[in-house]
This record gives sequence, C-alpha cells and structure tokens, in this order.
Amino acid sequence: MAKRLDVLKTYKMYTGGKFIRSESGRYFVTENKQGKELANVCRASRKDVRDAVKTARGAWGDWAARSPFNRGQILYRIAEVLEGRKEQFRHELMQYGIQHKKAETEVEATIDRLVYYAGWSDKYGQVFSSVNPVASSHFNFSMPEPTGVVAIVAPDDSPLLGLVSVLAPVITGGNTAVVLSSETYPLPAASFAEVLHSSDVPGGVVNLLTGYRTELLEHLSRHMDVNAMYYTDGDEDAQKMIQEHASLNVKRVVFDHPKDWTSENLEHPYTILDFQEIKTTWHPVGY
Amino acid sequence: MLEEKQLEKRAGNLIFRNVWDYDPAPEKPDHVRLKEKYDLFINGEFTPPEEGRYFESVNPANEQKLAEVAEATKPDIDKAVEAARNAYNRTWGKLSGRERGKYIYRIARMLQERAREFAILESMDGGKPIRESRDADIPLVAAYFFYYAGWADKLQYATPGMQPRPYGVAGQIIPWNFPMLMAAWKIAPALATGNTVVLKSAETTPITAYKLAEIIQDSGLPPGTVNIVSGAGETGVEIVNHPDIDKVAFTGSTEVGKLIQKSLAGTRKGYTLELGGKAANIVFEDAAIDQAVEGIVNGIFFNQGHVCCAGSRLLVQEGVADMVYHKLKDRIETLVVGDPLDKNTDIGAINSKAQLERINKFIEKGLEEGGEMHQSSANVPSNGYWCKPTLFRNVSQSHSIVQSEIFGPVLAIQTFRTPKEAVEKANNTPYGLSGGIWTDKGSKIFQVGQHIRAGVVWANTFNKFDPTSPFGGYKESGIGREGGLHGLLPYLKLN
Repeated sequence: MAKRLDVLKTYKMYTGGKFIRSESGRYFVTENKQGKELANVCRASRKDVRDAVKTARGAWGDWAARSPFNRGQILYRIAEVLEGRKEQFRHELMQYGIQHKKAETEVEATIDRLVYYAGWSDKYGQVFSSVNPVASSHFNFSMPEPTGVVAIVAPDDSPLLGLVSVLAPVITGGNTAVVLSSETYPLPAASFAEVLHSSDVPGGVVNLLTGYRTELLEHLSRHMDVNAMYYTDGDEDAQKMIQEHASLNVKRVVFDHPKDWTSENLEHPYTILDFQEIKTTWHPVGY
Repeated sequence: MLEEKQLEKRAGNLIFRNVWDYDPAPEKPDHVRLKEKYDLFINGEFTPPEEGRYFESVNPANEQKLAEVAEATKPDIDKAVEAARNAYNRTWGKLSGRERGKYIYRIARMLQERAREFAILESMDGGKPIRESRDADIPLVAAYFFYYAGWADKLQYATPGMQPRPYGVAGQIIPWNFPMLMAAWKIAPALATGNTVVLKSAETTPITAYKLAEIIQDSGLPPGTVNIVSGAGETGVEIVNHPDIDKVAFTGSTEVGKLIQKSLAGTRKGYTLELGGKAANIVFEDAAIDQAVEGIVNGIFFNQGHVCCAGSRLLVQEGVADMVYHKLKDRIETLVVGDPLDKNTDIGAINSKAQLERINKFIEKGLEEGGEMHQSSANVPSNGYWCKPTLFRNVSQSHSIVQSEIFGPVLAIQTFRTPKEAVEKANNTPYGLSGGIWTDKGSKIFQVGQHIRAGVVWANTFNKFDPTSPFGGYKESGIGREGGLHGLLPYLKLN
C-alpha cells in the first residue's frame, strides 16, 4: 500500500484576526540547525508593519476598555487551548533540533506563564494604584492605564516561551501588540497565532509578523503611532538604533536580555508596569 | 441665541478696577541676602568655574541685573560628577536609609525657616507673583523634601516583591518656570533613594538653586552628595553625555527631551523626561460655570502660563460657550498684571525677553491664521517683560495656537457638542500631560477622565500639586513620574 502523503502546512502571518501573506509576496526559508529546509515563511515588508500598527491601533480602544476580569479569562483561555496542542508545539520545536524533554519543558513553561499573567490581569492595578493623601481638600488617586500600541521584537532564541513571556505582560495590561517573531525559528509563532485565534483574543490585539530584523526593526522603531517598544535580543547596535528612533515620538523603550527564559525570576508584575502609564485624578471634596 | 448685550449683562460686570485702584502692596526684599556673584556648588564648596566665565541673571520685571552666575563647562561637570561619585561610594551611599532621611528632614526644616526670603528671590529672579511663590512654590518645596525624607528608610514597601537599590549618580536638568520647586522634585526623591546628584538650574533662573545650595551646605550633608551648577544648554549636554552619570532626569521642552532621549541611546543610563503639554480644559454645560471660569483662569494664567500642564486649550460645550467667553472676558479684566513683588499682582513678568518674543510670535501667528483675539486692558509697566492675559476664539484644531505649547498667558478657545467630540479634540495633540473636566455629574467625570490620554486629570479643579501625587505625561509629554510613591521608581533599580 502506498504511504500516505503528508499535508504540509502553509505558515502565514496573523494580523487583525486574519491569516495573511506579506503584501510584498516575499518569503524566506526556515531551516533547522543541520540546514534542512523546513518551510517557507512570509517575509514582512515595511507596508506590512504599517498595516499591522494601524490594525493594532484600531483594536486598542476596545481591548483597553475590556474589564480586567475579561482580559484574564482570555489569557487563561489561551493557556487552555495551548495545553490541548502541546504535542504540536513540542514537535515544532523538535523540528529545529531541540531535544524532546527540553521541548516539552518549554511548552509546559509557556502554558504556565500564560496562567501566571492571566492571574495578574485584575491585580496589578491594585498593586500599582494608590490613593494619595494630599494636603488640600481633594480626593486624589493614581492608577495604571495601558500605554497603547507596543511593538515587540520577540526573542530570537526562544521562539515560543520567549514570545509568550514578552507578549503576555503587554496584552494583560490592555495594550495591543505588533510582534516580530523569532527570525531563526519562526514556525512556533506562526502556529501560536492559531492558538490565539481560537482563544477569544479579539482580532488586532496581537499581530504577528515574520521577517528579517535588519529590514523591519527600523520601521517598527520609527513608527509615530507606536507608543512603546520591547526588545530582548541584546544586540547593542540594535538597541542604540531603536532608542534613537524612539526619540522621534518619545516611545517608551524596554530592553531585556534574559539568559534563561524558563527562570521564574522573570515572572513579576513590573514587566506589566513597564507598559503602563500612571494617571492621577484630582477631585475636590466639599458640599 | 442671546444678544451680545444681554450676555454681557447676564455675565455681570464686577470689574473693580474701573471703580478704584489697588494701593501698591510690595513685599520688601530688604532682608534677602543676595550675593553679587554665585559660584558653582561642587563637593560642598562654592567653586569658581574652571574657564572663569560668568553670566548675568536678570530680574525680568525691571531688566536689572540681580547677580553674576558661574557658567559651568566640561571640566566643572567632570569635577561635579567625580564629587558625586565619591559621595556615592564613600559617604552618602554608605548611610542607612534612616540617616539619609534625617538629613532630608533637616533640609526641609531649614527651607521653612527661610521661606519668605526664598519666595522673594524666586519672584525677583523668575518674575512670578509673590502670591504664588509665597503660597505655592516655596511651601511645596519644603513639603516635597518632607515627604521624601520619610521614604528613605521605607523603600522596600514601595516595590513589593523586589529589592530596590539606587542607580548611583543622577544628572538632573530643570527648567525656569518653577526653579526651586523643580529642584525639590528632582533632589528630594534622588536623595531618599540613596542616589547622589549633579543638578543644573535653568539659565534665566539660577539664583535660588544656589540659595538652596547654601542650605544644603548648612545642613551638613556629606560633601558631593548634591552638586549644583548653572549654565545654558551646552552645560546640560555635558551632564547628559557624561559617562559616569547613571541616570538622567530632565524637565523641559519636548524638543530638548527628544534630543536627550536620542543622545542616551546606546548607553545604559536610566532616564525620566517631564516634557511639554497642551492641556484641554473641558467645560460641560452642566458645570458650575462661575467655578469653571475661576478654574480656567487658574489653569492658563497661573505663573503667566509658564506651566507645562497649563490648561492652554479651553473646550467649552456649545450651549454655554458664549456665556463662558463673556464671563472670562470680564474676569481677566480684573487680573492685575505687574510688579511680581506686589501682593495684589495676579500675573507677573514673563520670564525672559526670549520667552516674551516667542509668545508674541505665537500671538501674531494666531492672528494671521484667522483667530479672533481679545486681551485685557491692563496697564503694564514700561520696563520689564509683560504679556496681558490673552484669549483666542475662532481657532481650529490645525492652528498653531491650538497645537503648539506657547508657555504664556494665551488661551485658545474651541467648542464642542458631545463628550465624544470633546475627548477627541482633547487627545488630538502629540502631548498628554494633563487635562481638566468641569461638570456636576460624577459619572461623566470618570468616563471622560478615563478617555483623556494624560497623566494628570483635574476634575472641577486645576493646577493642583502635592508631594504625594504623581505627576508626568503620556505620549510626547514624557516618560516616568515625579512625586508620590510612583516618583521613587525612576530612581531605583529592582532586583
């Protein structure tokens, strides 16, 4: 009997709740460490970046206005759906040459990290808010609000756990994101988009692009409607360029370069706070 | 639509200035100790500048020289940063939080003892009315030191789950609109968190910072913990670019803030930026209109409008727009423009000649672009730099008078129909520092307040400040917060 022919998957980008190819029609080939070609991947263009930012901005108002409880439920739902697809992601990581046990650990840590941030959604506001005992006759309080549209350059070396570790605190906090996935290992991010798509995450909240950092970092960091940029690759030249461009519209810039993405030391609400603005409101007290 | 005359009548015409004159009530500067020449404050000593250059600080109310002030150049900044580093490594950085706090408390108390002298000098050097320097600036300066003094030994409660530690040496650059208050906003939290400081005052208002240096010297603070220098933008550049500065804190224009953010690229320096604004003061039909008018006046004419969070755009709901305008016109007739040391003065001198020229350019542009201008009929002195309270109507969103930060007593007035339109207009600038809402309806305050993209929202009040209350901008108005618990975070690294 003839061996069954596998159905190969077309890996696409994900913006505005839709799976799209690059408007440029370009692609690149992703390989494993041995140089074996695994798949063709979309090579995003400057226009794809612009479109994705526009989409993220459009989705921001609704996402920021969702109740923290609702955002927490959705984050938890992503974890649930990912749990059900553990095998697929383990397999995708192993395609790149990661050992079985390590791949499994990474997928499980990813799920747990989503659960961790899901829990923060309705708590960081309490931890970082304050009622301020002003000397005058006013009721005065401060609370965090999302910064807006965040451009995330997901870590190149940790395509799934790293991606979720940088994405979860950003969207938990009510921001929308344009994410440039790992360039070396783009496949898990493309598949993670399917998880997002089936987890009640509104379209446009997470926009995942694949492509070359050398082409896209500049456009992400220069974009005047991006409010913050999160970069974790640790390349100092790139950091310098990002901050120089960030100054065009006073973007918040967060650089981070953890050695071990599985470390629980990375789990804290201060990463959520990095993408929050503190708003202080004054009310007079009187009859 | 009511006729113009009826509106005038309804608004009332309580313009006392038409009936009688105020007698002069000047604050006497005779007990103020002012030196002819101020040297840089480095390592606990007043030190002449290496290159020997001095510049004049001028009283903007009479254009007379107040004192000569040292201009710091690179070798001076090197010395100041070295002194700050040594203090961080050897003295201040080794002190317990409790001992640090006691020094800061001591500074607060000494400021209170000499408050009147500081208020007078602040008005002489910067042109602000004594009423404001006496009742707002200087009391707040002491209050900020008092507030942050108490944090010094309690920092672990400010960062739950994390161990905070200081950055090291903070380079701080402050503007001329609130010279002492900005120094306090910068120095107090830096000291409480265990950092040492090199602070540059603004070119036109350097004197009170050196008076503060006298207090710091008298307080016995370890030499080098706080170093104060003066100079213009080039001096600031030396601080920002100094390789041994760990953290930069800047308050000033968005334009300069962007340059600083750019020049810090590729370094590991932390930074906070408190930049410009173009706040909308939104008045709804259901507001207490007379209170709102007072708030509008306070919002834009406080400190001659030299306020980054000034309510420089008035958005008024159509149904009350004419009434508010007429009441406002009447109200600004009562504002006394003149001698900053006179206790009756509402609007003092424009801080410098350059700033007055900038304001006048915006006024000209506003007229060119088709705005309808009204200024009060106030008499202003013949010497000094003055600008009468100015209102602009018939301006639209694209007008420069609506978009740009003027930093003067110039109010752009627009109207709106729905809350949604008000929010859209309020947010339609690159800035996001502050905003005002005037309405009697609580739920509307919360809804509109939530949608205004700005760091400070004043509801039925405006231009209020307090050491416990965080301040800072969204978008191009800056990064980070000053004041309150949140104001500690930019001076701490977390482990």
